[in-house]
Amino acid sequence: MEQIVFFVLGFVVLASALTVAASKNLVRSIFMFFVTLFALAGLYVFALADFVAITQVVIYVGGVLVLMLFAFMLTNKEVLNNLQQGSKRFISLQKLPALLVAVLFLLILVNAIIKAQPDNLAWIQASAQSGNVISPTDNMVPNIGISLMTRYLLPFEAVSIFLMMALIGAAHLARKEEHKF
Amino acid sequence: MLTYLLLIGAGLFCIGIFIVLSKRNAIQVLIGIELILNAAILNLVAFGKYDKLNNGGQTFALFAIVLAGAAAAVALAIILNVYKQYKTIDPNAVDKLKD
Repeated sequence: MEQIVFFVLGFVVLASALTVAASKNLVRSIFMFFVTLFALAGLYVFALADFVAITQVVIYVGGVLVLMLFAFMLTNKEVLNNLQQGSKRFISLQKLPALLVAVLFLLILVNAIIKAQPDNLAWIQASAQSGNVISPTDNMVPNIGISLMTRYLLPFEAVSIFLMMALIGAAHLARKEEHKF
Repeated sequence: MLTYLLLIGAGLFCIGIFIVLSKRNAIQVLIGIELILNAAILNLVAFGKYDKLNNGGQTFALFAIVLAGAAAAVALAIILNVYKQYKTIDPNAVDKLKD
């Protein structure tokens, strides 16, 4: 049962990502991206990272997608023009190099993953033997909070300052200019 | 389970590369970049299962999600500015650094 749900979620992730790549309509691709993000959150739950899954839903679906919809609506006219003159076929000649790069890179990655045999890596075997594996009954949220405030305090502060800089920069870039200089 | 998660991540990464390289709309290119970031986060989370004590994978997955949000905000502000300047968001049409 678990396996079935897992593979269904994986299939939904890949299929909706492919639909994002294939669709000409920008709104449709944004909403298929929404489906991809939700299915990815499901996969995070299967990897026993429930807090990351919730964060994914809150930040991506609540923040990034709304931003994308805003940007889409503010730049609407050009998109409509693009829609009318776009070619009908999925694989046109100008997309061939991109397709080639993506497929060859996928072959390399799959080959590397299968050759590496991640389940038999030394450190994973060691942590499995010493009981350092998260089990489904563990509650990891307190652990994440404690390690954020102790072990990973420096990256946490760095990331928060970076986020503040990025948001101030974005607000500065997006404001209306009164006079050109 | 770990191998399948890594394979799904690899597929997502390559779909993201294809979108970034082939789309002629800056917002769709941004979606491709977000797909690539999500593939990386999926790998972090998948390996993070085997690090219960330090919990490095999940913590850095959270950091990566925050960085992706910041990147999206800045990129969309830049897209709006480019639209004001050029009246288009086709990355091929943007070819000047100053007015």
